Amino acid sequence: LAGAGPLGAPLSLLVLLLLGPGVWGQTEPPRDSLREELVITPLPSGDVAATFQFRTRWIRSLSHYRLFPKALGQLISKYSLRELHLSLTQGFWRTRYWGTPFLQAPSGAELWAWFQDTVTDVDKSWKELSNVLSGIFCASLNFIDSTNTVTPSASFKPLGLANGTDHSFLRYAVLPREVVCTENLTPWKKLLPCSSKAGLSVLLKADRLFHTSYHSQAVHIRPVCRDARCASISWELRQTLSVVFDAFVTGQGKQDWSLFRIRSLCGPLPLCPQDNETLEVYPPPLTTYQDVVLGTRKTYAVYDLLDTAVINNSRSLNLQLKWKRPPGNEAPPTPFLYAQRYVSGYGLHNGELSTLLYNTHPYRAFPVLLLDTVPWYLRLYVHTLTITSKGKENKPSYIHYQPAQDRMQPHLLEMLIQLPASSVTKVSIQFERALLKWTEYTPDPNHGFYVSPSVLSALVPSEVTAQPVDWEESPLFNTLFPASDSSSYFMRLYTEPLLVSLPTPDFSMPYNVICLTCTVVAVCYGSFYNLLTRTFQIEEPSKGGLARRLANLIRRARGVPPL
Amino acid sequence: MGLLSDPVRRRALARLVLRLNAPLCVLSYVAGIAWFLALAFPPLTQRTYMSENAMGSTMVEEQFAGGERARSFARDFAAHRRKSGALPVAWLERTMRSVGLEVYTQSFSRKLPFPDETHERYMVSGINVYGILRAPRAASTESLVLTVPCGPESPNSQAVGLMLALAAHFRGMQSSPLQGRAGAIQAAVALELSSDVVTSLDVAVEGLNGQLPNLDLLNLFQTFCQKGGLLCTLQGKLQPQDWTSADGPLQGVQTLLLMALQQASGHPHGAHGLFLRYRVEALTLRGVNSFRQYKYDLVAVGKALEGMFRKLNHLLERLHQSFFFYLLPTLSRFVSIGLYMPAAGFLLLVLGLKALELWVQLHEAGVGPEEAGGTPGSSPPLPATQRVGLASLVAPLLISQAVGLALYVLPVLGQHVAAQHFPVAEAEAVVLTLLAVYAAGLALPHSTHWVLSTQAPDRSWMALKLVALIYLALQLACITLTNFSLGFLLAATMVPGAALTKPSGPRPLRAALLVLTSPAAALLGGLFLWQRLQEAPVSLAEGWRLFLAVLAQGVLAHHTYGALLFPLLALGLFPCWLLFWNVLFWKR
Repeated sequence: LAGAGPLGAPLSLLVLLLLGPGVWGQTEPPRDSLREELVITPLPSGDVAATFQFRTRWIRSLSHYRLFPKALGQLISKYSLRELHLSLTQGFWRTRYWGTPFLQAPSGAELWAWFQDTVTDVDKSWKELSNVLSGIFCASLNFIDSTNTVTPSASFKPLGLANGTDHSFLRYAVLPREVVCTENLTPWKKLLPCSSKAGLSVLLKADRLFHTSYHSQAVHIRPVCRDARCASISWELRQTLSVVFDAFVTGQGKQDWSLFRIRSLCGPLPLCPQDNETLEVYPPPLTTYQDVVLGTRKTYAVYDLLDTAVINNSRSLNLQLKWKRPPGNEAPPTPFLYAQRYVSGYGLHNGELSTLLYNTHPYRAFPVLLLDTVPWYLRLYVHTLTITSKGKENKPSYIHYQPAQDRMQPHLLEMLIQLPASSVTKVSIQFERALLKWTEYTPDPNHGFYVSPSVLSALVPSEVTAQPVDWEESPLFNTLFPASDSSSYFMRLYTEPLLVSLPTPDFSMPYNVICLTCTVVAVCYGSFYNLLTRTFQIEEPSKGGLARRLANLIRRARGVPPL
Repeated sequence: MGLLSDPVRRRALARLVLRLNAPLCVLSYVAGIAWFLALAFPPLTQRTYMSENAMGSTMVEEQFAGGERARSFARDFAAHRRKSGALPVAWLERTMRSVGLEVYTQSFSRKLPFPDETHERYMVSGINVYGILRAPRAASTESLVLTVPCGPESPNSQAVGLMLALAAHFRGMQSSPLQGRAGAIQAAVALELSSDVVTSLDVAVEGLNGQLPNLDLLNLFQTFCQKGGLLCTLQGKLQPQDWTSADGPLQGVQTLLLMALQQASGHPHGAHGLFLRYRVEALTLRGVNSFRQYKYDLVAVGKALEGMFRKLNHLLERLHQSFFFYLLPTLSRFVSIGLYMPAAGFLLLVLGLKALELWVQLHEAGVGPEEAGGTPGSSPPLPATQRVGLASLVAPLLISQAVGLALYVLPVLGQHVAAQHFPVAEAEAVVLTLLAVYAAGLALPHSTHWVLSTQAPDRSWMALKLVALIYLALQLACITLTNFSLGFLLAATMVPGAALTKPSGPRPLRAALLVLTSPAAALLGGLFLWQRLQEAPVSLAEGWRLFLAVLAQGVLAHHTYGALLFPLLALGLFPCWLLFWNVLFWKR
């Protein structure tokens, strides 16, 4: 195993497990193919991340499905989809501590889709699509409606082949409240050709996967070139699943790690005896793979599970990773870009949304596209939008703002902000909480209302220049986002979702209050109003009717005092 | 209401109010005080009960066993602290990281308007160290806080140790863990513990400006006190065992009075007090190590805390089910807002009755003698032609408000001038200026007269007193709604003086009564009562020294935390009281 680098950066070592019928290096890909990959990464914080990727390629033909799931194939044709990206996530990827992820997803459910330009009513297709997906994945995607759907103007580009990018065919929605559990994992596994019967997916045991700090599963469908000449397209389905195992809990504070510890495959193998590296992997890998991933050069130990040499003598493979030095208790290194979002203020009237964008690069500034979707019941005061870097105002070079309409559409704010080198940029905007109608509150006890995370899309400068990668041959984790140029890499980050409490009436009270108020108003108000507005005068008795007048006339004539 | 719209009956009612005014006032005042004292007795107090479903029925199991670990953390902390002479930030950071927390520090500094007496410093600064325990698969939306204050005067080593051990315990668990910080804080517990063993735990609820946490949080604490068999106290008083005889309620009255005094002071009764200001439910737990036989170790305290946090973790919504306004005669009994408000209501009724009497007298005098023929002899017949000049009302109002403003502004503004010209320190200068302005206000009536035209003196003072009565009643009612204890205590002291003031009769006697019922005298009286109830009575000289210190603290608390007692007294009640002082010395 080649050392990853100097001792100061020992964390750039990854273990890669490969499996699949469509073995890489094959010049002519078969009509349909499947490739599986598991990347195990020790994170800077000491935790261990495992990223599963399953890639199915499909040459679209009429009602012929071999490996590609029929449910999704039919979706593509029925709704004229060009791209579909769905992720279901529980937890939050802590970029500050865990480093840059291969593919981050926002907490909750995220769905974005590009439609073909032949679609006439995009909103209708979108609504139907989300309902169908809701059924397929057992998720509450049917709650996607116009109040949480936006059409970003710049943040989301097609990841696959695309001729034009008319953003009116893009729809994007996040449901931050969505809870992900085994009921979502099972339909996701069923999309695999062999379900969880064979391949790496046998490792996907729900009881282990949901005992983690972070769990994210996703489905990405996009058109890609069929071969190097790119004369025709084939559809690519990528199913990814990332989990982060808490090393502190599973490893009793040690950062050593083995596949067995994460999930018992078989009996453990003895540890490797040599002790002169910072880090060792057992069994020693047959091949290694070196590439610039996310801006830094990294070395991967590769285990091709189809290679009989890997599992020749024992029928089991237990990967082990051992640190030679005990882990220090110092803070882990920081990535170049990370962000933090919070809501400040107290009380139920006003508040402020603040996003902190950190650029820790020592000398390079780079731009970031920030996308904020804020529900309509937080009324943004756009004039209070302030962006400050290093104490100075930072003017965004591009702003797209679409105001909310009550009960119709959310706020959409997109900005291109230049982050100066080694700086913290604070984006803040004040808001007022709207009063909801009583049916608009969630019926159950709730913690509050969720605000979906901000999305950061950035071209982050690389530490080392990247070589153009061969799309076919490089491992899967490296090929989801199209590479832009060699000096920077594309990165999409999400911030935390926010929890905002809105003024909530005590729903058990209205009846009492109505009764009491009505009584008080009826009894007191009317009388007091009378007392305060009227003047009371003693009225002289009236002259009386005709009879009385007559009687008085007679009495006057008689000289008697009148009545 | 037909009663009031009929002029004949209205006149009869007015006559009744005039004739029975004095007995009614006395009765109402006595009823108010009696009602308050009766709050500690069973029909008015109810047993506390858990309203929040998520914390009530769910069972939690406490597994904390890190007592030894907590003690060793505490020893290390104390040693490092002794060595560095300050908060051992680096050690804390290292330790927190080693138990698997995300650690951050935050430095703070705050400039005081004047140096406080004990520390003689303008600038208060320090470092907060906090660790975040991230809940798995949660997205930093909510959090619970366990905080340990580490001021220079409170060692609190054991609290730090226990906190670290608890953090390690929670970190090592797989089930039902805590949610991390960095989200909306749902609840907070402040811990003060300075010995390895405790005999009892004292709980403090009163926060800044008399805010109280939701009663469910206290119920939660009480539940775990009972479950763990811990001895828990409120205001340092044990729970009376026997509630049927008179002893229990009598002790309840003491606790109630202590709580009322503490709440009225508006001073936070622990580090939790500032959380309440931001609508975070919080309380302080204080370990007490007295001479009792039976002692509990850190495991027992840790288990109680663990249980509380586990149940708080079950919360599905913010704590809102139970009462936010209550009084506590003991830990297990409470008085709800509906039951204690009448006490203040009766006191304020006195002001209303007095105002009504004056109004009727003024009105009848205005209508003319033939209309007010039935006026009882107590009110002197007034000439009909007199009209109340607006100036005679506005001038005293403006002048007393100006004195109030001076009382609020001058002490802090003029501290340097005072310190230059007199041999006093800044802190003393502030207090002395305060007293000087207060006393100068008393000389006011003699200086206001040259502003006023002296026609119709009788009607003028009545009108002024009427305004003052209504002003006082409104202020006290508003205060009572937000901070019952303060409103009630102020009403109980200020109402008799205000009701009895008139510029006739034995003036020195009335003046003495009015001075005794002024806000400052109420504060002094409250201090003595507090010391007596704490079973630490002080002599007059000591009390006076304490009073001066409290004044300085009050001003300081206003400028640092935004405590409202000082501006309330200076800008609201003192000017109002000056109006009565004006009435008393009205030139006839």
